[in-house]
Amino acid sequence: MPIYSESFAAAFGLLASSDQDLMEILALSINVSLASLVLSCVIGLPIGAFLAMRHFPMRDFLVGVFNAMMGLPPVVVGLLVYLHLSRSGPFGWLGLLYTPQAMVIAQMILITPIIIALSCQVLEDLHEDYKDFFDSLVVPKRTALLAYIIDARYSLMTVILAGFGRAISEVGAVIIVGGNIDHLTRVMTTAIALETSKGELAMALALGFILLAISLAVNFLVQWLKASARRRAYV
Amino acid sequence: MSNQTGMVQRGLMPITVQNITLTLNERMLIDDLSCIIKSDGMSVIMGPNGAGKSLFMRCLHGLAKPDMGQILYADTPLDPLIRQQQSLVFQTPTILRRTVLANLLFVARQRGIDDPKISMDYLAQLQLDHLAQHPARLLSGGEKQRLALARALIINPAILFLDEATSNLDPASIETIETNLQSVSKQGMKIILVTHDIGQAKRLADDVLFLHHGKLAEHSPAKSFFQKPKSGAAKAYLAGKLVL
Amino acid sequence: MKFAILFAAGAACLATAAMADSTILVQSTTSTKNAGLYDYILPMVKADTGITVNVVAVGTGAAIKNAMNCDGDVLLVHSRKRENQFVAAGYAKQRYDVMYNDFVVIGPANDPAGIDGAKDITAAMVKIAVSKSKFASRGDDSGTHSKEKSLWAMAKVDQAASSGDWYRETGSGMGATLNTAVGMGAYALSDRASWGAHANKADFKIMVEGDQRLFNPYGVMLVDSQKCPTVRSKEGQIFIDWLISAKGQAAIASFKLEGKQLFFPNAE
Repeated sequence: MPIYSESFAAAFGLLASSDQDLMEILALSINVSLASLVLSCVIGLPIGAFLAMRHFPMRDFLVGVFNAMMGLPPVVVGLLVYLHLSRSGPFGWLGLLYTPQAMVIAQMILITPIIIALSCQVLEDLHEDYKDFFDSLVVPKRTALLAYIIDARYSLMTVILAGFGRAISEVGAVIIVGGNIDHLTRVMTTAIALETSKGELAMALALGFILLAISLAVNFLVQWLKASARRRAYV
Repeated sequence: MSNQTGMVQRGLMPITVQNITLTLNERMLIDDLSCIIKSDGMSVIMGPNGAGKSLFMRCLHGLAKPDMGQILYADTPLDPLIRQQQSLVFQTPTILRRTVLANLLFVARQRGIDDPKISMDYLAQLQLDHLAQHPARLLSGGEKQRLALARALIINPAILFLDEATSNLDPASIETIETNLQSVSKQGMKIILVTHDIGQAKRLADDVLFLHHGKLAEHSPAKSFFQKPKSGAAKAYLAGKLVL
Repeated sequence: MKFAILFAAGAACLATAAMADSTILVQSTTSTKNAGLYDYILPMVKADTGITVNVVAVGTGAAIKNAMNCDGDVLLVHSRKRENQFVAAGYAKQRYDVMYNDFVVIGPANDPAGIDGAKDITAAMVKIAVSKSKFASRGDDSGTHSKEKSLWAMAKVDQAASSGDWYRETGSGMGATLNTAVGMGAYALSDRASWGAHANKADFKIMVEGDQRLFNPYGVMLVDSQKCPTVRSKEGQIFIDWLISAKGQAAIASFKLEGKQLFFPNAE
């Protein structure tokens, strides 16, 4: 199909000329995704660790809920955030709707369950492996947690990158709460949606290729981390 | 080996076990067991599979808690301070996802032994020094178990427990481990081990606790146990006839 | 519960000033945005008034609802009936005429309903229905969608009864609906601007145009500060005044796509 070559050429042209609009959109995409990722990790990793190491009555139920929430439809999250941040909603006074901050909140809600559920899984496996040994050594809980995080760092890195991948490729939530406003809240995915709606399919695909390149880079990073983990037997 | 921890060690011995019982899933695994384990030498726990040996050892160490009865360490019930002076080597050792040296350092640092040189000495003692920077999870079974023993010894415990620690190991590793056990035992460390290997028990044991169906069938000095066992179960086991 | 906690945490982290003071938010329609009108006139607005205008482009229905939630300072849409309701409900003091464009029916070159060049829109729509030719509808409660429904009503066709058959409701914006129509060889009603700016035309072309009933007026309204105290009334009114001024009207008239004027100023 000729559209592929056309799109590839367009993508290459945009990158080669470091097109200013593209760079702005790309930077916002990465910034919003990174900000939501950092917040999600700050919230999600301790919860994941807590769920991995403690057993309490609602624990399995909560793990199930977070696992299910990994599949939250972005549009639903976007709508909920919209309703809360709208001037007529409970947090309207913050004036956050149609700002990058609103997009960060929406993405944070989308990826926090991923961070929780996957980190819980990783740490739980390690906890199963280490707990008798640590118990026999009378290792304090905090030392144990630190050891889990150190020894699971490669797996946890994979978890974090999975969250980033979800954030950067998501469109349904950010287009509702961000509004796809030019030079303010337009990111890669909403720009693709806009170009598609304008019928500029080659341009949309070109932007898609660039987004795909980011995803590929992130995934290669994951693969590389896994390989180096295997090399050092941190498996 | 001197006590490098600098920790004031309380006397833990002898261990007095008074009528302990442990039930799991409605099965009585330890049934009204009482004994006194003397202060020195190597006490070997033997018995057929399912007799409750490992569980009994876990009770002694504090990893498992009896439903009834109590265990006294020189008249004191188990507390974290006592547990910190015990080491346990599992049948399948848990190896941290780190280098060999880092595995040992992690344990040493739990007891304030920060100097890597001391860790290196222990590695040398167990013939692992050439593997210090090697990923520990890639060691062979024998090397892993030697590392586990180094981790157990470096904290200079008052009591060292070994739960079938040498089963399935190569003869060289078994010999290294046994030599080390004899050496630390001579220096006064109490050793309690579970084994299926009658030859090993004969080589190491000062006294034998023979368990059968969760009960202590016999507790005798090693010499008399192997020459003329008192209980029928022990007789059958030594003759290779008692399977369960 | 969890959601609320996460939410509060996130909001607290991010409670920063949202937009600069000389910035207003316009809730508007995809037709104006996709055609490129805003890209053309907003730099002039900025130069003349110093106001930065941000535009959220959604369907007219969504734009009105967003404005009723106070999530916008100015509303610029095209659905006369609902604009009047908006004013009647007190969300705006006044509606201003600003411009119009017109609707066209586009379709594939093979023209299965035989409507190419028709001058009577209702007759053309009857032909589409009778021949059961595919028709892609916005189906999204937008201004274009309500216009289309009123045209079916004028043609006395119960198109909704055939929904899913020859009548296909995409539930999407104008661009997505045009992509769908081109993809499945269906007719569609579009504003002239959106179609003119749409890049993915394949062999499609305008079939029906010029009927008086295809007239598409846009209205602009300042969201009322009594309903929505956060509205930037001063800047919003400056923007509206600019649009309906001689200069603004001339700017709208001078916006051309491929040499053709798309919007016709009609402020009084």
